[in-house]
Amino acid sequence: MRKRQNRMLLVSLLVIGVSLASYLGLKAFNENLLYFLSPTDVAKGRAPKDKDFRLGGMIVKDSIEHDGIKVVFDVTDYANTFRVNYSGILPDLFKEGQGVITTGSLVDGVFMATEVLAKHDENYMPPEVADALEKAKNKQ
Amino acid sequence: MWKWIQTFASPKNFYQISQKIILWFLIPFIVLILIGLYWGLIVAPTDYQQGESYRIMFIHVPAAWMSMFVYLVLAISGGIGLIWRIKLAYVIAKVSAPIGAAFTFLALITGAVWGKPMWGTWWVWDARLTSELILLFLYLAYISLNNAFDNPKTASKASSVLAIMGLVNLPIIHYSVKWWNTLHQSASVSVNKVAIQDVDMLIALLLMGMAFKFLYGALMLMRARDEVLVIEQNSSWVKRVIMEHR
Repeated sequence: MRKRQNRMLLVSLLVIGVSLASYLGLKAFNENLLYFLSPTDVAKGRAPKDKDFRLGGMIVKDSIEHDGIKVVFDVTDYANTFRVNYSGILPDLFKEGQGVITTGSLVDGVFMATEVLAKHDENYMPPEVADALEKAKNKQ
Repeated sequence: MWKWIQTFASPKNFYQISQKIILWFLIPFIVLILIGLYWGLIVAPTDYQQGESYRIMFIHVPAAWMSMFVYLVLAISGGIGLIWRIKLAYVIAKVSAPIGAAFTFLALITGAVWGKPMWGTWWVWDARLTSELILLFLYLAYISLNNAFDNPKTASKASSVLAIMGLVNLPIIHYSVKWWNTLHQSASVSVNKVAIQDVDMLIALLLMGMAFKFLYGALMLMRARDEVLVIEQNSSWVKRVIMEHR
């Protein structure tokens, strides 16, 4: 009986020890684990100056301007906004009001992107429901 | 109670009882997967953003759920084996690992195939995708370690310790989309929130989720029966079973 309790204690210590180590490890690398920075992060100067980083946010309504394969649009987190410049193929879900993650660097306040990925949310619904929700939102 | 568990968990008893239990997993699996596929591919409506592509969710999400659920079974059985020295617990852990690895692989592959058209990329190193990949490596490490020893007892103990150490990865996978910015979206179905705004979509997903659970139960029991025969090969009851099947 005592031996079994000892083993129970050892297993619990193993779980606690590994959890603690992981917690400290993840806390130390917290910054590196962020896949992208928000416009506010960038405005506060958290973006690296000497290398590319990712900027993520929502595409501002009516901000997309196409010119051949070149495209310019605004990315916002509703507190700060950055203008993004990109030329290349866009993912299917790229449209106004949609989430987007761009890779590139800031040149004179404009984000020059080399890659654009679409980020969608966790909501799934048929188009009719989406329309109804949109209408209800506009009424408010 | 203790006595009862010990009798039930004896390999011989398990071998006899499990034969009937397998059907109780296999039949619900077949029924649920057929209804689930019908519901997911035909009844559930098109999504407002992703069109028909979202339907891969009905495989991707249950596979991802199972990848974590099976790991939980693996670690808990390993712990039970270590603490109470129950052979059957080690057997369940050992035979579950390849099944869990397969579910993880399926979740990663379906995710990549889904990510290419929707996000614009097969793979990114964000916290969710990376932690799920680590889960696959944990399964593979468990399987390798379990096969690395000549002595089955040492193998079970060592691999169980590894399984328990890897347990910390499960909350990381689950909360990765909350704790950090990720390309992967948050959970659509969780305890306090359901972001699937259509009943048929939700029913299809839950049917497929249940089907995968029963599939795991059936596969695990089938593999466990074989494994029990191997580890008990020198006992008289196994010899009798083999004689009967000659």
